[in-house]
Amino acid sequence: LLTKDRLRIGELCCQICLVTACCLLCPYLAGTHVNYEVKGDVAVVRINDPNSKVNTLSIQMQKELTDVMNEVWSNNAVQSAVLISTKPGCFIAGADINMIEGCKTAEEVTQLSQEGQNIFEKIEKSPKPIVAAINGSCLGAGLEFVIACQYRIATKSKKTVLGTPEVMLGLLPGAGGTQRLPKMVGLPSAFDMMLTGRNIRADKAKKMGLVHQLVDTLGPGLKSPEERTIEYLEEIAIECARGIVNKKIPLSKEKGMMQKLQDYIMSFEMVRNQIYKTVHGKVMKQSKGLYPAPLKIIECVKAGIEQGPIPGYLAESQNFGQLAKTTESHALIGLYHGQVTCKKNRFGAPQKEVKTLAILGAGLMGAGIAQVTVDKGVHTILKDTTVSGLARGEQQVFKGFNDKTKKRNITSFERDSILSNLTGQLDYSGFEKADMVIEAVFEDINIKHKVLKEIEAVIPPHCIFASNTSALPIKEIAAASKRPDKVIGMHYFSPVDKMQLLEIITTEQTSKDTTASAVAVGLKQGKVIIVVGDGPGFYTTRCLAPMLAEAVRVLQEGVDPKKLDALTTGFGFPVGAATLADEVGLDVAAHVAEDLGKAFGSRFGGGNVEVLKTMVDMGFKGRKSGKGCYVYQPGLKVRDVNPDIEEILEKYKMTPNPAVSSDSDVQYRLVSRFVNEAVLCLQEGILSSPVEGDIGAVFGLGFPPCLGGPFRFVDAFGADKLVEKMRRYEEVYGNQFTPCQLLLDHANDSSKKFHK
Amino acid sequence: SWRFFFLSFRKIYTILKNSLLIIQTKSKKTLARPNVKNIVLVEGVRTPFLLSGTTYSDLMPHDLARAALQGLLHRTAIPKDVVDYIIYGTVIQEVKTSNVAREAALGAGFSDKIPSHTVTMACISSNQAMTSAVGLIAAGQCDAVVAGGVEFMSDVPIRHSRKMRKTMLSLNKAKTLGQRLSLLGSIRLAHLSPELPAVAEFSTSETMGHSADRLAAAFGVSRVEQDEFALRSHSLAKKAQDAGLLQDVISFKVPGRDIVSQDNGIRPSSMEQMAKLKPAFIKPHGTVTAANSSFLTDGASAVLIMSEEKALAMGYKPKAYLRDFVYVSQDPKDQLLLGPTYGTPKVLERAGLTMSDIDVFEFHEAFAGQIMANLKAMDSDWFAQTYMGRKSKVGTPPMDKFNLWGGSLSLGHPFGATGCRLVTTVAHRLQKEGGQYGLVAACAAGGQVSDTHVQHSLVVPAMIAFCTYAKHLYEL
Repeated sequence: LLTKDRLRIGELCCQICLVTACCLLCPYLAGTHVNYEVKGDVAVVRINDPNSKVNTLSIQMQKELTDVMNEVWSNNAVQSAVLISTKPGCFIAGADINMIEGCKTAEEVTQLSQEGQNIFEKIEKSPKPIVAAINGSCLGAGLEFVIACQYRIATKSKKTVLGTPEVMLGLLPGAGGTQRLPKMVGLPSAFDMMLTGRNIRADKAKKMGLVHQLVDTLGPGLKSPEERTIEYLEEIAIECARGIVNKKIPLSKEKGMMQKLQDYIMSFEMVRNQIYKTVHGKVMKQSKGLYPAPLKIIECVKAGIEQGPIPGYLAESQNFGQLAKTTESHALIGLYHGQVTCKKNRFGAPQKEVKTLAILGAGLMGAGIAQVTVDKGVHTILKDTTVSGLARGEQQVFKGFNDKTKKRNITSFERDSILSNLTGQLDYSGFEKADMVIEAVFEDINIKHKVLKEIEAVIPPHCIFASNTSALPIKEIAAASKRPDKVIGMHYFSPVDKMQLLEIITTEQTSKDTTASAVAVGLKQGKVIIVVGDGPGFYTTRCLAPMLAEAVRVLQEGVDPKKLDALTTGFGFPVGAATLADEVGLDVAAHVAEDLGKAFGSRFGGGNVEVLKTMVDMGFKGRKSGKGCYVYQPGLKVRDVNPDIEEILEKYKMTPNPAVSSDSDVQYRLVSRFVNEAVLCLQEGILSSPVEGDIGAVFGLGFPPCLGGPFRFVDAFGADKLVEKMRRYEEVYGNQFTPCQLLLDHANDSSKKFHK
Repeated sequence: SWRFFFLSFRKIYTILKNSLLIIQTKSKKTLARPNVKNIVLVEGVRTPFLLSGTTYSDLMPHDLARAALQGLLHRTAIPKDVVDYIIYGTVIQEVKTSNVAREAALGAGFSDKIPSHTVTMACISSNQAMTSAVGLIAAGQCDAVVAGGVEFMSDVPIRHSRKMRKTMLSLNKAKTLGQRLSLLGSIRLAHLSPELPAVAEFSTSETMGHSADRLAAAFGVSRVEQDEFALRSHSLAKKAQDAGLLQDVISFKVPGRDIVSQDNGIRPSSMEQMAKLKPAFIKPHGTVTAANSSFLTDGASAVLIMSEEKALAMGYKPKAYLRDFVYVSQDPKDQLLLGPTYGTPKVLERAGLTMSDIDVFEFHEAFAGQIMANLKAMDSDWFAQTYMGRKSKVGTPPMDKFNLWGGSLSLGHPFGATGCRLVTTVAHRLQKEGGQYGLVAACAAGGQVSDTHVQHSLVVPAMIAFCTYAKHLYEL
């Protein structure tokens, strides 16, 4: 993205002279990250960061690139250049985040951005055509780099993706991206790319006009497929560079009818303004104005198009600097780092790889677990007790892959061969070969014990028994086991194929190898993993329960479900509290509330459990039963509040205390109970680190990503301010709002932070 | 201990086995194995192979197959009721004659008491027909089997769309006028788009030409190398044709047309001419063109295979022994066309021979790029070690023994019929060149030309190799 070396122009010239002088002596310039070789009249610039799995535009990389490019420009034997990465699966994955984090002020970041803009401007204005040969991920600054080049060729590899994910880190494409992208792919596509940050596959990129040519990946030959594919890409790119110089390959493509029409429409200011307005409206609706980056992106694009490049680039660099110093960006970058941490197995490699996984119960969860397992080369057994239950579950798995086929992510052949790894059955045959069994049967300790005993009679000695329970303590489940060291909890979140989190629960008896194996399976399934200690509700359910109890109280105090949802989403939760309860299932919520209420006492009180129980008794179990807080009708997106619950809420009505019932107070009542419980989990050792606490809350429960998780929220908001609020609520409601000791410690000493 | 004993026993056994092998290799007189019947190729014929859409264009597949069978009957003068079984290979089936073997046999005048069946295995369909015949004879089921293959690309089944078919089938069942009208009314423009025979490999959705181009690129086969090989094929075929070496070709009076007695796809061109062509599949940088690919071809072939005993009893002088064969298959995406590389060493090992023992090689030429890629794979230690689990490379067949009478690139490649042509050619070449062992290899690939949409779909990548032993002349 940017370069940090602050050479004045004079110094730069000097350097060019030096480099050129050097070059007369040796034909190749070889840095550690970038080197180049002249093939005929084409300079092949190859990048590869020797110290990392991916290439990033770090300071070192930028410096070497600048040096090499300067030499390419001054070398008279060179007519054109090819830019290629020799690292398999990665072109340039983006800017070096540490470099941005290392800046102390917004101005410093702005300067980084401007330096990046300058480099890419030089690339764009290069008198010698530069062909970017892309294999592997080309993201963020990598994309900004290639769109400054004159020509782009990409491999059709599945790993080749293009995109501008900056928005997901609370930033914007700060090295010319907001200015070049709209011109290249048109306003609507550019907004779509920059505001969603989504990855675009090579074939789609070709259709959009983001790349000019595609190259096939190659199979086994005289070298490894990856190596030969890169070589082949280079050969074609070199030919292409020559073709551009010889004018055999035109740089400007003849525009199609549709393109001309679109350009014509876009030439009206009124139309463009309408687009800005619509996009702005959409962003506000989705982000509730809690995320500054998307709005700044719109601002930069608008500045560039309406006022010209100079104000455009200026807006881009200044906004980039400002965004980098927002708490939202810090939170999102924190989550990114956390996610990387939680994608590693800190327990080491397990002794035995899981090759056969058996799942008990083909319900929503069981089938979901099967779906994320079966395409990882693991033989998956899905067992249910009834034919209809099994058929439903198998259909769910089939549908998951069939949808991917329809979206052309996989071929129908790949779908079929994936599904050949799935065995649906009603008995325990084949369990003698299972390396791990995950049970997803009904949440009842007696049923779990029965199942555990049945299983242990048929599985081999090394086989691990994992329970997908959301609240039952693993210790209690393990009590029925002959080998409690092989019993572990694996708490998945519904829908399993969409939710990234897996919460693994270990008891004191669980062996390290069992944990390592469970984490390995989870990582294979593509999950972000937190490993927590055993206890009622573990970590995630335990944090959610007090918040839901508070939500019930809020309802009892006369706030209607829609308003409750608006308050929670307004705070940044992607799903409102009432909707969340419906999604989880009110029966589950009631069950959990009762269980945890017994375990933790009055601290988990608030709303009356009877409210939930009565609703369940009346058949309102949430979305799955068609009615809950809302009425769900198939095919209808708009949903109304369930009129029948008014009666129940009327029956359990509570009088709100105006001192703690403002909108903001309701929000903080909900959030502070969540956060306090999370901090208590760390204090009690259920959590082993604040990072895992943040990741679990955001990826499992939808804690506002812009706040970065409960721990980062405390750091940013101030533990003292939070405690102050809680004390106010404590006066009205009692010990449900008593801050835990660790939170108090942080409140008393402002130098104490969960994240350094 | 017992374990040691076992090990040493195995060692002794290995030594014994090796010494036996040495003895066998030294004698090298015959590959006959005890308790295995000697099976012989008595005769092989084929119709001229023609570019699709030329003189055969108004025929049907069974017409061509019938012509080949009649040619075989004529050449061998075998009584029509001596044949025990007839097997034909084909790839794109005419739906009206799905068991084309039976339709052709009846029309050719074979006894209606002779059972016949049709097999399909992409470009090695007639190889499959022949090895099925070998199996039937070896198992003692039959003594004389006719095997053959046919492909007719001038007409292929083009279907209505699935939607349209569904509507038409429902229309059959509709009882009232109202039902019929409402079904007819449901037909939309989208219903009318036809469905061409698969242009792509079913499992990977990749066309054969595309796959060949990627394969050539993977092995770094240049456009020039491919054009040179194609030119070689055409030149050698022309020479063989002019010298009258292609004795397997029979004359065929095409109903309503002239007598056809020569292949019409042999066109030696120049490197300059070939260089002008644009890539046919991967544009703009691909290397596979219409000139270095095999073209869509109409044609049929037939061979008579018998137990040696029976053949001699009937007074035939067999052309060759059919000694051994092997089928292999690989990943259908990246190694689709590499069958010959994998199969050749296997069949040689089975027969106890080495590459240098073979006098005649006939490899199916789907694409020049594919042949060149196979030759490079066979010449690579790295490939042999990385993908084949071998210690060293397979080794390449010497070019002065390789496809000397042209190949599929020049003679044409009627998918289902090529296998029989290869085996018959090996027998004829052994005779002509005075060789002893011959080897046939073919990848199950579809031939392509660039100027048509009709391309052939492929089922499994496989390879078949025959070891043909022509010492019979001396033994008899």
